Amino acid sequence: MTSSSGKIALGSRRRLKNRKISNFVMLFLTGLLTILALVPLFWIIGYVVYKGGPGLNLAFFTQLPRPVGIAGGGVLHAIEGTLIITMLAAIFAVPPGVLAAFYAARNPNTRLGIGLRFSTDVLAGVPSIVVGLFTYAFLVKPMGHYSGLAGAVALAILMLPTIIRTTEEMLKLVPQSLREGSLALGAPEWKTSMNVLLPAAFNGIMTGILLSLARGMGETAPLLFTALGNERYDIRQIVTSSIQGKQGFFQMVTRIINQPMDSLPLTLWKYASQPYPERVAQSWTVALVLMFFVLFLNIAARLWLENRARKLRG
Amino acid sequence: MIRKTQSFSPDKPGGSLTAEKTIQGIRQIFDHGDLAWRGLLLFAGFLVIVLTVSIGWMLWQSSVDARSLFGWKFFTPTLDSHWDPVNNQFQAWPFIYGTLVTSLVAILLAVPVSLGIAVFLTELCPPWLRTPLNWLVELLAAIPSVVYGLWGLFVFLPLVVAPLGEYLSASLGTFPLLGTWFAGPIPLSGASRLGAGLILSIMITPTIAAVSRDVLQAIPNSQREASLALGSTQWETIWQVLIPYGMSGILGSVILGLGRALGETMAVTMVIGNSTNSAISLLKPGYTMASVIANEFAEAVTKLHSQALLEVGLALFVMTLILNVMARFLVWRVSSKIQQEARG
Repeated sequence: MTSSSGKIALGSRRRLKNRKISNFVMLFLTGLLTILALVPLFWIIGYVVYKGGPGLNLAFFTQLPRPVGIAGGGVLHAIEGTLIITMLAAIFAVPPGVLAAFYAARNPNTRLGIGLRFSTDVLAGVPSIVVGLFTYAFLVKPMGHYSGLAGAVALAILMLPTIIRTTEEMLKLVPQSLREGSLALGAPEWKTSMNVLLPAAFNGIMTGILLSLARGMGETAPLLFTALGNERYDIRQIVTSSIQGKQGFFQMVTRIINQPMDSLPLTLWKYASQPYPERVAQSWTVALVLMFFVLFLNIAARLWLENRARKLRG
Repeated sequence: MIRKTQSFSPDKPGGSLTAEKTIQGIRQIFDHGDLAWRGLLLFAGFLVIVLTVSIGWMLWQSSVDARSLFGWKFFTPTLDSHWDPVNNQFQAWPFIYGTLVTSLVAILLAVPVSLGIAVFLTELCPPWLRTPLNWLVELLAAIPSVVYGLWGLFVFLPLVVAPLGEYLSASLGTFPLLGTWFAGPIPLSGASRLGAGLILSIMITPTIAAVSRDVLQAIPNSQREASLALGSTQWETIWQVLIPYGMSGILGSVILGLGRALGETMAVTMVIGNSTNSAISLLKPGYTMASVIANEFAEAVTKLHSQALLEVGLALFVMTLILNVMARFLVWRVSSKIQQEARG
């Protein structure tokens, strides 16, 4: 009797030991996998800085590209293009996005509200290349030419779901009592929305907008057949020629945005696939600049949100 | 009496009571502005829905000739398929196969890693480390895909994929059935479907990890405490209680990741080698649906060629649409389950 019960005790003790070992091994493994997943992050950032760093100089930011085979020159056209296209996209995407989010937050259970949330989800999942195709069929083909404007529309479509989602989430966090208080004081719905709800949710909304800007800035696929790319894009020349030609402001803006444009990711892609070593070297520097922009926007957005949240709590 | 004096008072001109009421009503609409505000909101909401529908509709409309000409043969699997713009022969199977197989590789590799991250972040990580780790994982998702492509092309392919491919073709390539997928040799540059799958797995890991982390975090603590009180180790709690509990949410996150892998364009285009061959092996260069569009659409001369590419885009849209509906359903199911149990 005693010996058999001792055997059981021994067996269960051994089993307990095995369980503890497997516990330790598996938990250790999760930590290891976390580190493994972060290896590419540091590898990419480190390598891009290492390869792209030497190419950083003033000319890179202030000059247009030189013809292939001649060293030097910069990517001013792509920096201008990125800024113009991303800003235009934000102008197109932010107002309808925020308004649609107001609608979704106010009427979550109406038929249109459910449809809106569903199509936001679908839109968030549409591959960026498909958005590029759509914009081509919808804008470029009828207009008859590629343009930065079409590129901005494509980016705006990609940014829209992020803006709607974060704005809606933030509006839901605003206490109901604030809204009711404003309405009880006799303020109409739109004043309540613009003067009470929007300021209360402002930081969160800005975070969403900045994150969507960061995403849009790094996108290449939707620009491939909308903005197309244009190595001779020179904004200074356009501005001077339209001032000399005594064109109005509106005409000048149209000339600026209504032609093919380059952007940093587009330039990176083109340079990387060219067989000229100096272009490939420049593509690493473009990657460095692009990554700096994108990561900076990302970190700024998150820092801002965390800071404000801490202030609100404290 | 009182009414009469009111209607004669100097600051309120106007005759009868009904006219006064209408004027007041009109004034209310314009002063208040709520009607216009509601109209604006309605318009914005409608715009988003119309936009989503019109993406599908536009792709459907602009691929009409290709659809009527090729029919279902465009999509059906064949070993001997043609993508020949010169002779107007188009079959998309090699691209569909490329998309499916690279996404499969990506999912198989990314799911265990992402689950490990999610478990580590929610269950084990000391609090001071949690925020920085969350940040780093999210930064991984923020790197533009074209930068992944550049790094993949010049660093990852020659250093990792090419040796790995050689090793796989030497070891697994000799097995009778399995060998079909690992038939070598891998190109010297390393550009192959395997390389694309590996890059994709790195790119979708943060997506899956972030969503399944949120799922694990939402599980009520009573589940953990009950399991630990019954004498389970922490790992047994995670593996036998938490992961089954959040299963549908985790599945939803995997489907979201899959959706991202299917549509990813630039990084894949740069590393997959861009070839229309219909070989089965993972170690051969190929094309995905997204990358063939990216590479050929701007240079498509004939109408039929661009229509065929638009049809590929349509198929991609439908695939991601189905995946999103599935993911949404699963995530919704787990969240309603947690709510129900919190109430009951």
